[in-house]
Amino acid sequence: MVTVVHPNLEDTDAKMSARDVSVFYGDKKAIDDVSIDIPTKYVTAFIGPSGCGKSTFLRTLNRMNDTIPSARVEGEITLDGEDIYRSRMDVVQLRARVGMVFQKPNPFPKSIYDNVAYGPKIHGLVSNKTETDEVVEKSLRRAGLWTEVKDRLDDSGTALSGGQQQRLCIARAIAVDPEVILMDEPCSALDPIATAKIEELIDELNGRYAIVIVTHSMQQAARVSQRTAFFHLGKMVEYGRTSDIFTNPLEKRTQDYITGRYG
Amino acid sequence: MSDRLAPTRTAEFEARLKKRYAAERRFKMAGLGAILFSVGVLAFLLVTMGFNGIGGFQRAEMDVPIDFTQAGLSGDPALLAQPDAAQTLEAQGLPSIVDFYAEQQLGSEGAAQISASAWRLVADGIIADPTILRETVTFSLPASPKLAAGLNGEGAPEMRALAKTLSDEGKLETKLDLGFLERADATDPQQVGIWGALKGSMLTMIVTLLMAFPIGVMAALYLEEYAPKNRWTDLIEVSINNLAAVPSIIFGLLGLAVFLWIFPNMRSAPLIGGMTLALMTMPVIVISGRNAIKAVPPSIRDGALAVGASPVQVVFHHVLPLALPGILTGTIIGMARALGETAPLLMIGMRAFVATPPQDFTSPATVLPVQIFLWSDEIDRGFVERTSAAIIVLLIFLLLMNGLAIYLRNRFEKKW
Ligand SMILES: Nc1ncnc2c1ncn2[C@@H]1O[C@H](COP(=O)(O)OP(=O)(O)O)[C@@H](O)[C@H]1O
Ligand SMILES: [Mg+2]
Repeated sequence: MVTVVHPNLEDTDAKMSARDVSVFYGDKKAIDDVSIDIPTKYVTAFIGPSGCGKSTFLRTLNRMNDTIPSARVEGEITLDGEDIYRSRMDVVQLRARVGMVFQKPNPFPKSIYDNVAYGPKIHGLVSNKTETDEVVEKSLRRAGLWTEVKDRLDDSGTALSGGQQQRLCIARAIAVDPEVILMDEPCSALDPIATAKIEELIDELNGRYAIVIVTHSMQQAARVSQRTAFFHLGKMVEYGRTSDIFTNPLEKRTQDYITGRYG
Repeated sequence: MSDRLAPTRTAEFEARLKKRYAAERRFKMAGLGAILFSVGVLAFLLVTMGFNGIGGFQRAEMDVPIDFTQAGLSGDPALLAQPDAAQTLEAQGLPSIVDFYAEQQLGSEGAAQISASAWRLVADGIIADPTILRETVTFSLPASPKLAAGLNGEGAPEMRALAKTLSDEGKLETKLDLGFLERADATDPQQVGIWGALKGSMLTMIVTLLMAFPIGVMAALYLEEYAPKNRWTDLIEVSINNLAAVPSIIFGLLGLAVFLWIFPNMRSAPLIGGMTLALMTMPVIVISGRNAIKAVPPSIRDGALAVGASPVQVVFHHVLPLALPGILTGTIIGMARALGETAPLLMIGMRAFVATPPQDFTSPATVLPVQIFLWSDEIDRGFVERTSAAIIVLLIFLLLMNGLAIYLRNRFEKKW
């Protein structure tokens, strides 16, 4: 079964594209033959019932699956036309270009300042305190956290509230100026108000970065994304404009899912 | 709706509830009993040690005034500055001068009970300050072990009588002996000191720490972070776990066979002792280190990897600092065990009689627990209290070492 791609999907320039990607954990196939283009200027949402492989596929996009010994990736994934698995592209460099925000906020147990400054420092993007200060302020402003934390940059990042921690993690990711930001259910551990703030933030970041967000909330996908891919049992069932997927699904399984028949 | 009482409001339920609370109280009492028992045992240990040990920091001494103006010692400052000044003074007849004044002060019987090497104390005094040769100075000279025993109401009746006479005249007294902390082993319990063994222990522990800590931490890091999971690493893991359970004397045999074979002329040296103890400390550090590293949440690693940290950066910027408190706890346990270890050090010759504190890592030395073992084996009564005093020194050293490690651990915990 191949993916149904909505026909009215105009050609946008793709930041990343996956071709015939399968992912295995040992002998178990978690992703089966997925092909998709991640557009540069839009937010792409991955939806689907839990365990269908959304996280697995997302993690192939910045090679976080490399950390799982049993995981194996087949097929081709490119970033700006360059194969991220087989070319000479370095994984450290790839992750600087394709940042990631996780399900559970995971700030380093260091100061807020150090959390944001860490990426730029290890990549040598800043050479002195003034430059670091600038990057930290810029990233925290973009993450909508600056006004809340500017007087306590030396406090531990883990002392913030859950929503603030997640925005700190977003600030940490954008501090290295990535081209793509991957978010794996970034709001699933947050309350509705914090969730609204993150969604607002995603809207603001949209256009500057290519954003891929995994979510189990269809409302969230509808609110923040322009493209949606529906995953089911390791396959990508349907892909198209978010409005089309939600108002005019072509596949029965997609329809069942978005009408709450399962998941 | 039934009009039956809710099941949690019945009399049976309340009876069960009472039983539950009773069980909880019993459990609490049992726990409290266990704590009280351990505290009691510890208190008993400390009190007996302290009680016996106080005697170990004292000794029976006799005051002997010496009139150096009449003694006829040359007192040439140039000669006294020489390293062999004590021999010079001996040649000039210092021992017989000391004997003479001792006899004047204490009578011939009392003078005979002055420790034979007492003149060395006088010599040390002269060397430290030659100007005393122009005055009369009173020295507190240690009594012989027999007389000291007599003062304690032990030993031969004539010694007890002599001790009584002298102490009644105020000529024989038990005095605080801080020299115990400055001297080394000796055959005479009145002359022994703990500094030799203490310094030996310190040097040995330094070697142990410098070897076991970096190697143990690196091994733990490699096994947790880099090593592939296969039969070989499984084998290594099992071996390390078993190594931690190997009786310590086996490590002594290993040190004897390997280290002394490589460095044949370093018998009894803290270097060899430290290396041998490092062998038994390392597995403890590896095991606790691996557990501490495992406990670092994977989400932190993911976070660091996701901003593009290389594996080495993840380890040194995130994993190691977070694991360090746990690693230090393991190190404390391992080092405390090593500090109290006797058997493996006996194997490599650290039980030799060493009458001078070790100069460096390669000179012959003994360590506190071995010293305690050796003294506890002595027949002379005077050693009993000295042994207790040595145990107190060992315990204090242990407390200081642990205190330092706990301080370091808390500092690292605060930083994060
Ligand atoms: N580290 C792993 N090892 C083995 N199987 C895994 C691992 N991670 C995920 N899986 C399996 O892969 C499938 C997809 O999981 P995941 O990508 O986490 O789904 P989702 O994010 O959509 O809930 C599931 O069946 C899951 O059990
Ligand atoms: Mg998931």
